[in-house]
Amino acid sequence: MRSLQPEIQYATLSQQGETAQLGMWVFIATETLFFGALIFTYFIYRDAYPKEFAEAGKDAVLWCGSVNVGLLLTSSLTMVLAIDAAADGRRRHLKNWLLATAGLGIAFVCVKGVEWCLDFAHHDVPSINFIMKPAEAPAGELFWVFYFIATPLHALHLLIGLGLILYMLWRVRRGDLTPAYYAPLEVVGLYWSFVDTVWIFLYPCIYLVGRS
Amino acid sequence: MDHWIQFWPRTAAVNGEVVNALYIAELAVCGLILMTVVGLMFSFCVRYRAGSTASRANLTEKTWHWEIGWTTATLVLLLIGFVWGAAVYIWLYKSPLGDLEVYVVGKQWMWKMEHPGGQREIDALHVPVDKTVRLLLASQDVIHSFFIPAFRIKHDAVPGQYETVWFKATKPGTYLIECSEFCGTEHAHMKGEVVVMEPAAFALWLRDQGVRESLAQEGEALFREHGCSGCHGENSTVHAPSLVGVYGGIVHLQDGSAVRADERYLRDCILLPRTFTVAGYPPVMPDFSGQLGEDDLVKLIAYIKSLAR
Amino acid sequence: MATITAGLPTSYVTSENTISSWLLTKDHKRIALLFFASITFFFFIGGIAATLIRMHLATPEGLLQPDIYNRMFTMHGIVMVWFFLIPSIPTTLGNFIIPLAIGAHDLAFPRINLASWYVFNLSGLVLLYALIMGGIDTGWTFYTPYSTLFANGYVIAATLAVFINGFSSIMTGLNFVVTIHRLRAPGMTWMRLPLFVWGIYSVSLVMLLATPVLAMTVLLVAMERFMGVGIFDPARGGDPLLFQHMFWFYSHPAVYIMILPAMGVVSELITCYVRRPIFGYTGMTYALMSIAIISFFVWGHHMFTAGISIYSAVVFSLMTFFVAVPSAIKVFNWTASLHKGSITFDAPMLYALGFVLLFTIGGLTGLIVATVALDVHLQDTYFVIAHFHYIMVGGTVSAFFGGLHYWWPKITGRLYPEMWARMAALLTFVGFNLTFFPQFILGYLGMPRRYYAYPPEWQAWNVLSSAGASILAVAYILPLGYLGWSLLRGERAAPNPWRATGLEWQTSSPPPKHNFERTPVVTAGPYLYDPEDGGFIAQNGAVNA
Repeated sequence: MRSLQPEIQYATLSQQGETAQLGMWVFIATETLFFGALIFTYFIYRDAYPKEFAEAGKDAVLWCGSVNVGLLLTSSLTMVLAIDAAADGRRRHLKNWLLATAGLGIAFVCVKGVEWCLDFAHHDVPSINFIMKPAEAPAGELFWVFYFIATPLHALHLLIGLGLILYMLWRVRRGDLTPAYYAPLEVVGLYWSFVDTVWIFLYPCIYLVGRS
Repeated sequence: MDHWIQFWPRTAAVNGEVVNALYIAELAVCGLILMTVVGLMFSFCVRYRAGSTASRANLTEKTWHWEIGWTTATLVLLLIGFVWGAAVYIWLYKSPLGDLEVYVVGKQWMWKMEHPGGQREIDALHVPVDKTVRLLLASQDVIHSFFIPAFRIKHDAVPGQYETVWFKATKPGTYLIECSEFCGTEHAHMKGEVVVMEPAAFALWLRDQGVRESLAQEGEALFREHGCSGCHGENSTVHAPSLVGVYGGIVHLQDGSAVRADERYLRDCILLPRTFTVAGYPPVMPDFSGQLGEDDLVKLIAYIKSLAR
Repeated sequence: MATITAGLPTSYVTSENTISSWLLTKDHKRIALLFFASITFFFFIGGIAATLIRMHLATPEGLLQPDIYNRMFTMHGIVMVWFFLIPSIPTTLGNFIIPLAIGAHDLAFPRINLASWYVFNLSGLVLLYALIMGGIDTGWTFYTPYSTLFANGYVIAATLAVFINGFSSIMTGLNFVVTIHRLRAPGMTWMRLPLFVWGIYSVSLVMLLATPVLAMTVLLVAMERFMGVGIFDPARGGDPLLFQHMFWFYSHPAVYIMILPAMGVVSELITCYVRRPIFGYTGMTYALMSIAIISFFVWGHHMFTAGISIYSAVVFSLMTFFVAVPSAIKVFNWTASLHKGSITFDAPMLYALGFVLLFTIGGLTGLIVATVALDVHLQDTYFVIAHFHYIMVGGTVSAFFGGLHYWWPKITGRLYPEMWARMAALLTFVGFNLTFFPQFILGYLGMPRRYYAYPPEWQAWNVLSSAGASILAVAYILPLGYLGWSLLRGERAAPNPWRATGLEWQTSSPPPKHNFERTPVVTAGPYLYDPEDGGFIAQNGAVNA
C-alpha cells in the first residue's frame, strides 16, 4: 500500500479530493447545457409539429429503451455500492460492484446496438436508410435526426464512462483506492450518475412522444 | 449629396425623418457623456500627475453615494433612449395596410419586385411619392436583407416565411437598395434602385409596362392548374374551407388556436396543410412543398387576397 | 534559450530545459507561454487577413476576387474570435498570474491545463486545414441556410474546428473556477481578491455555461451538411432563425468573454500607476458579475431585423440597456480612480487609459445600436463593425498589451524598453481611431458589412480607414521587436519593479517553479496604495517591498 501525497498545489489529500469533485460538478454543468441545447431544439420542433413527431415516434422501439432505463438505473445503484465498499475498505466488494456496473453498461450498449439495427430495418435512419411516411412529412425526419444525434452522443459518453470504470479497476488492483482517499472513484461515480440522468431525460423524448 | 466626401445620407421618407431625430439625439447624449469622461480623465491626469502639488488627502471612503448617483443618472438617460427607440421601432415594424402593396422576392443575387397589377421589375422599384407602400418580402434561397438607406428601413428576407416592411417616400428621386445579409459571392452587387415618382408619372409608368394580366389573375390560373379549385372552388363537393374573404379574418384551427389569416398564414396552409388544418375539416389537403416556387406562391396569395366577400 | 536565461537565477524558466519538460509540463507558467506562442501565431494569421481586407477596400472595386475577399473576412472573424480574442487574456496572463495572485502553487488541475493547450492546437490544425484547402465564405456567424445548403467550401471542417476549440475554452474555464474557489491562500477572502482574479472568475463562469451551446449549434450545422438532413432547412420543417437564436445565445456572452478579463487587467493597471485604491472595489466586483449574468439575456439584439416578434425585440433591447449599466459604472469608477492619485504614464498605464476611452466610445455606440429603431438602419452595416472593433480591439487588445507589458518583468525577469513601449501604445491609439472612427460614418451612410465593392462616393472614408490600419499594423508589430530584444538585452527585473501590492510581486521575477517558497498568508485587502507618499502594503502584509 503506497502512501499517497497530495499534489504540490494542495495542502491536504482531502482538499485535493473535494476539489476534484467540485471539478466534476462543474463539468457536469457544462454537459447539461450541451445536451440541454439539443433537447431544447427537439422541443422547439416537437411543439411546432406535434402530429408529425407523434407519427415518427411510433417507430421507436419501446422495449429497448425501457430495458435500457432499467439497466442504467441499476448500474447507478451498483456504482454507489462500489463507492460504499471503498469507504469501508472492502476491496473485493469494491471490485465486484465495479465489474457489475461495467457489465450493465456494456449490456446497455448491446441493447442500443440491437435497437439501431431494428431502426435500420424500419427505414428510420436519416440519410442512410430513411423512408418518409406520408403522415410524418416533412418534419418527422427531424425526430429521427434528433434520435441519431442524441443516442450516439449518449453512447459515446457512456463508453467514456466505461473506460473510466476500467481505469478505476486498474487503480484498485494497484491498491490506490483506500478509505483514506477514494476521491477518484467518487468523481467517476458522479460522472456515471450524470450519464444515467441524461438517459432518463432522453427516454421520454424518444419513447413516450404521442403515447400518452 | 454628390460631394467628394459624404457625411450624411439622404433622407427621403417619413421613416427616415423619425429615425434621424432619434439618432441625432442619441449622438448628442453620447457625445456629452464622452466629453465628460474625456474631460475628467484629462483634467485628473494633469492635476494628479506624479510630482504635482495637488492635495491627495481625504480619499473618498464611502464611494456608494457617488456610485448610486451616477448609476441612477445613467439608468434614467438610458431608459429614455430605450423607450423612444422602442416606440419608433414598433411604428417602423408594424406594417399598415398601405396604399400600395408590392411583393419582393430576393434570390441570389437579385431582387424581383411584382406589382399587384402584374408589372414586374428586377433590381428596381417604382413607387409613387407620399403614398404608404407595403412590401411583402420573401426569399427563394438564403437569408437576404432588404435595405433602403435613404428611408432608414431594413428587414431580412428569410426563406420559408414572409416578412413585411413599409415606407412612405417624401421626395421624388432615385435611392439605393442594398442587400445587407451575406448571401454568397455577389452579395455586394445585389443592389437596386427605388424610383420615387409623382403619382401621375407613376400611373403612366404602370400603364407603360404593357402587362396583360394582374398578379391575382395569374394566381387564378395557377389556382386552377394545381387543382386548388377542385376542393376550394364554389362548386366543389369536397368539404374544404371557402377562401372567399378569408384574408384578414380570424381562422380557428383544429388544435384549438386561432390565427389571423395574413400572407404568412396563407403560405403556411399551402405548404404545411396538416399543421394548419382548420377546425371542423378533415386533414386531407395535399401539401405543395417543393412544387411551388416563391413567385407562384406570391401570385396565388395575391389571388386569394382578391377574393373579397 | 541559454542566452536568454544566462545570468538569471533558478526559476520556472531555467529549472529544466528539455523539449519534453516544456511539452509535457504541468507548470501553469510554462503552459501560459505555450499558449502565448499559439495565440500570437493566430493573431498574425487574422492580422494578415485584416491587412488584405483593408488593402482591398481602399478602392471601390478592390484587388481580390469576390470569392477570395469573402473568404478573407470569414477567416479574419473565425481566427480572431476563437483563436485569439477568447483565449488571449485567460490562457496567457490568466494562466500565469492567477495562481500567483491568489497565493497558490499551481492551478487545481494542471494536466487539464496542458490538455487544453493541445486541444487548442488540434482545433487550430483543423481550421488551418480548412483554410488551406480553400476556406469558407459564410462569415464567422455561419448563418443558415447559406452555410448548410449553399456555401461552397469546408464548412464541416471549420465548424469541427470551432467545436474542438470549445473544449479548450471549457477546460480553461473549469480550471479557473475551481482554482479560485478552492486554492486561495489562507486569508485571501473573496473580497480581498484582486480585480483581475474577479475578471477571470466571471469570464470562466460565462465560458462554462455558454460554450456548450455553441458546441451543439455547430454540431447541428455540421450534421445537416454531412447527413443531408433539414435541421435548419425551411423546406423540410427546419427553421433558419432557430440557428440564429442558438448561435447568438453563445456568441453574445462570447463577446463578454472577450471583455471581462480585459476589464480585470485594466483595474490592476490603473490602481498601480495611480498609486491609490481603486474607486468602489465592491461595486467593481458586482459590476463584473452582473455583466456576466445579464450577458445571457440579450442575444436577441443581433436579430432585431431578422424576423423575430417585435415585442421580444423590445424586451431584448431593454435587457441590452441594462447590461450597459454595470459597464458604465466601471468606466465612471476608473475615471474616479484617477482622482487624488499620483499618476505616472508608463506604457501599461497608457494602454489602460486608451482602453477606458476606446471602451467608452464602443460602449456608447453599443447603446445606439441597442436602440431598436436605430438598429433597423444600422444592423449589418459598418456602424456595427466599428462598434465591436472599438470594444474588442480598442478594448481587449489594448488591455492585453497593457497587461503583457505590466507583467512582462514578472514573466521574463526582464524590463522592456519604456520609450519604445510608450511609442507603440500611442501609435496604437492613433492608428486605431483612424481605422475605425470613419466606419461609424460609413455605417450611417448605409455601407453594409461583408461587401467586396462599394459605391465610389464612400471611398474617402475607406481610404482613411485603410491608412489607419497601416499605422495600427506597425503599432502591433513594434512590441514583437522590442519585447523580443528585451529577452536578450533587457535590464534584469527586481521582484517588484512597479511597487505593486499583488501577491505575484512577492516572489522573484521570474518566479520559481512552484511560485512561492512558502504558501503566503494574506493579511491585507487589494490595492493598499497611499498616493501621498507612494507607499503601499502588499497583500501578504509586506510594507513598501
